[in-house]
Amino acid sequence: MKASALRQGQCVVGQLFTAAHRARVQPDGRLLRASRATSQLAASHTPAAELVAPTRRRICQAAAAAAAAPAAAAAAADTSVAQEYEAVIGIETHVQLLTRTKAFCSCPNQYGDEPNTNICPVCMGHPGSLPMLNQEAVNLAIRAGIALNANIARRSKFDRKQYFYADLPKGYQISQYDVPVCSAGFLEVDTPEGVKRFGITRAHLEEDAGKNVHGGADSLSGSSHTLVDFNRAGVPLLEIVSEPDMRSARDAAAYGAELRRICRFLGISDGNMAEGSMRCDVNVSVRPKGQEQFGMKVEVKNMNSFSNMQKAIEFEIERQVSLLQAGRGAEVVQETRLWDEGRQETSSMRTKEGLADYRYFPEPDLPDLEITEQQIEQVKASMAELPVAKRERYLSLGLPKADVLILADELATADFFDAAMAAGAPAKAAANWIMGDIMAACKERKMGMDGLAITPGALAEMITLIEGGTISGKIAKDVLPRLLDGEGNAGVKAFVEKEGLVQISDESAVEAMVDAVLAANPNQLAQYCSGKTKLAGFFTGQVMKESAGRVNPGLMNKILMKKLAAAAAAAAEAA
Amino acid sequence: MRTVCAAAQASLLKSIQQNVATKQQSAVEVTQAYLQQLKSVEGQVHSFLTVNEERALAQAAAVDAAIARGEAAGPLAGVPIAIKDSICTAGLRTTAGSRVLDSYLPPFDATAVARLKAAGAVLIGKTNLDEFCMGSSTENSAYQVTRNPWDTARVPGGSSGGSAAAVAARQCAAALGSDTGGSIRQPAHFCGVVGLKPSYGRISRFGLIAYGSSLDCIGPLTHSVEDAARLLNVMAGPDSSDATCSKEAVPDFTAQLQPAGALNDKCLAGLRVGLISQTIGEGVAPGVMGAVNGALQHLQQLGAEVEEVSLPTFDLGLPAYYVLALSEASSNLSRYDGVRYGQRASDDAAARDLRHMYANTRGAGLGPEVKRRILMGSYALSAGYYDAYYKRAQQVRTLVQQELQAALQQYDVLLCPTAPTPAYKIGEKSSDPLAMYKGDLMTININLAGLPAVTVPCGFTEEAGVQLPVGVQFVGRMFEEASLLRVAHVYEQTAGVAGSAQPQVVAGREQLVAA
Repeated sequence: MKASALRQGQCVVGQLFTAAHRARVQPDGRLLRASRATSQLAASHTPAAELVAPTRRRICQAAAAAAAAPAAAAAAADTSVAQEYEAVIGIETHVQLLTRTKAFCSCPNQYGDEPNTNICPVCMGHPGSLPMLNQEAVNLAIRAGIALNANIARRSKFDRKQYFYADLPKGYQISQYDVPVCSAGFLEVDTPEGVKRFGITRAHLEEDAGKNVHGGADSLSGSSHTLVDFNRAGVPLLEIVSEPDMRSARDAAAYGAELRRICRFLGISDGNMAEGSMRCDVNVSVRPKGQEQFGMKVEVKNMNSFSNMQKAIEFEIERQVSLLQAGRGAEVVQETRLWDEGRQETSSMRTKEGLADYRYFPEPDLPDLEITEQQIEQVKASMAELPVAKRERYLSLGLPKADVLILADELATADFFDAAMAAGAPAKAAANWIMGDIMAACKERKMGMDGLAITPGALAEMITLIEGGTISGKIAKDVLPRLLDGEGNAGVKAFVEKEGLVQISDESAVEAMVDAVLAANPNQLAQYCSGKTKLAGFFTGQVMKESAGRVNPGLMNKILMKKLAAAAAAAAEAA
Repeated sequence: MRTVCAAAQASLLKSIQQNVATKQQSAVEVTQAYLQQLKSVEGQVHSFLTVNEERALAQAAAVDAAIARGEAAGPLAGVPIAIKDSICTAGLRTTAGSRVLDSYLPPFDATAVARLKAAGAVLIGKTNLDEFCMGSSTENSAYQVTRNPWDTARVPGGSSGGSAAAVAARQCAAALGSDTGGSIRQPAHFCGVVGLKPSYGRISRFGLIAYGSSLDCIGPLTHSVEDAARLLNVMAGPDSSDATCSKEAVPDFTAQLQPAGALNDKCLAGLRVGLISQTIGEGVAPGVMGAVNGALQHLQQLGAEVEEVSLPTFDLGLPAYYVLALSEASSNLSRYDGVRYGQRASDDAAARDLRHMYANTRGAGLGPEVKRRILMGSYALSAGYYDAYYKRAQQVRTLVQQELQAALQQYDVLLCPTAPTPAYKIGEKSSDPLAMYKGDLMTININLAGLPAVTVPCGFTEEAGVQLPVGVQFVGRMFEEASLLRVAHVYEQTAGVAGSAQPQVVAGREQLVAA
């Protein structure tokens, strides 16, 4: 009850916060407290009254209106809707680049530090300060361009995008307008309907803005002031713009997931959507099937995961289709809508009354950006394996496609798998252990595979010990939690020996244990001999129990069955 | 050949440095002498916005202490220098002449300032200017109107008027200015001092409060060409904080400057000088033209070949300049929003939201000329107008640049007046912005082309019974300041103009430095 109320509260704050332009939800006391100390530097008295209240009103009105439409659509929900109309989807993705320092100054590019600690005269826009381009950001943009099969401009430039906002220190953002660093690429995505190719219009470098935190109340609506944290100001971004090539929410989610994979696999970005290091703005329109012309486009923002993105798009498609079907097509207007996770719907944030005039012009403080063939070759040579190449390689190992998609989804998993194979583990066995017990443990502990203490080498050794008969599969399963904590990293064999877990495969030892169990259970043996052969399982269990599970099951079974048969024969003869 | 040895202008900076280095005069004594002169005439000239007395004396004492310890004296040891208030000085109030930066303390030194300090210079104070360098008379300062030391009823020129007046009034040994469309050269001409605008990118812009970023240059205002060369030596060169700063090698700019006694009467033989036709026609005051013609004749006497050269695109520069400079300015000044530093409109009921905070802060903090230029620049960059204004102006800029470069293939230096008139009366043009803009005609093309140019005193003209100085402008090839300064130096050392008269306010107080 309390938790859900809190969650709902957060959603409201988050949404209104986004309404004031930027989607970074963090209703976080620590931030506010810390900000107060630096408020002299970075406080601004604000929009509370005018900017916020009307925005909220708009959201509420629009939400009420919007809620009605899809409800009707849902009532009439049938496949004919989907058959008559087609969605057209394009995505703009802002990706924070994994550089050590900011785009145009030497401040650390670091998330989550105390507010206004990673700042300097340059990223604070002090008079007389000048930007110096971070070449690391350029190299990451080139890397992304290569991965997206794009043209890399040998000569591009930076431009100023001008607008006023409290989180924008210079009153303009250094961006790229008409000559982006990457253009005309594509991304291939594996979907259940086969491999689909989505065009990439362009990818350009720019700087991020700071972050506004509204204070003085639990929610923005009553807030008395706004604090600005400039730690994020000047962080390098790559804005990747897709062609409007996607036709379903699933397409869009698949595109986003593959883009994120590329960014993570190649070290371009950590792609953390919850922290905002990857932000997707989705343009959705619908049109009658067969129609060439696009429908009216609506921008949807504020999705912090791909499953939310998929839901938001599905909602938006349904909303637009039902309005069209109801003859209310004029109500589909060019606007920006926010996804409200709590309400599971989109609602209007602002209507675009004509295009904003950003008064772009070439940035006079930076010379043209020249990229040499040599630089591109160097980036190419240092590039890690692309997700698609990884998947192909795993398929070529004979792994089933379902396994491949799981293993090559996260870089940490793939790296662990590759390292285990390099340490001698057979692919299928390693895959099974990783996808089974190890992933379950990760899920339980809420961490990636790189968070576990176990080394891939330890997993490989464990598999070798199972296959060589040194330990049983059952023992392995039992001790795995301890191995995950790193207890076997110095040598799994030594560990199981020390723990007395080595499988008993010595024939005479097993025979002795079987004999002892038979001798200790004369009644059951007699029943067995008289025809209750189901009791074989009882004896197996007893031997297992006596050996603390260490007995080699195959060998034990062979000996036990031989002994039981002999006993039964002897009993028959005696009778 | 006979040697020419007129009333040669010796290097003041060299004298001070040598006196201090040899302990003939301590840096503290020099600084005290200049501070005394500064204060005694400041009531008449109004050239300083901030006097850095305490720290200047401490800096001077540190220079003396280092020399006493036996450390090598820097090339500017003990030289009191004034800094235009558009150039950042760490911890020392820097306003750019604007209320919006009224109490702003920069967290860093401009690269040029840091290099001066490292060379032993003493920062004596910050000089007045047109707000954000927007103006040609220093009347647009939000704080005070600086007077021309030759006639305190007249303007010192601008926007580096405070620096030019301070040098002319002997309030400092030299000063830094900045030049976007003539802001060093025109006040040098008005105040009878030397003003050098180096090639674009020769001196780092880091710490120079931006007006028109693609045009802005820091440069020296001095008593002699050699002093300008000495300051350029210290400040020039690549800077890892300015991507537009040139990586061009920096020569010793004093190497070609021979002492007056070593110059013979044909020392400019073979030099090709082009007089820009478009700058000598109608609208140029006869007194200015007379002094410039005198300079031409003098150059010819020294063996130079002087020809007129016509630059048909010359008149196109002015409108192109005002489109480009104002477009950049409208963007550069967006940062003065009251959020992070500087003045913010008080938190009254009127500032109830962000929009009002911006409007009130900028409305109260920025002056009328600045607002006019922001409006014009924003207009030129607006959707639908960009091609007609900004883009067209860039094309014109390229033409102007090409034509000037072509002329400099033919001639070693180009020559023209610095401005059409000598210093005018305070208030005479302040109500007519267009007339004020036209006064920049002879200097702005040089900024559009990025070329180096230096204004050197070449004579006087009498206006209403007052002697007013006139300066001639020499324009050189890109990054060839060394040869440009050589020509200017030869002219200065032989023409007998520099040092031949003193402004009113310094009469009888010329000797601040031990001979």
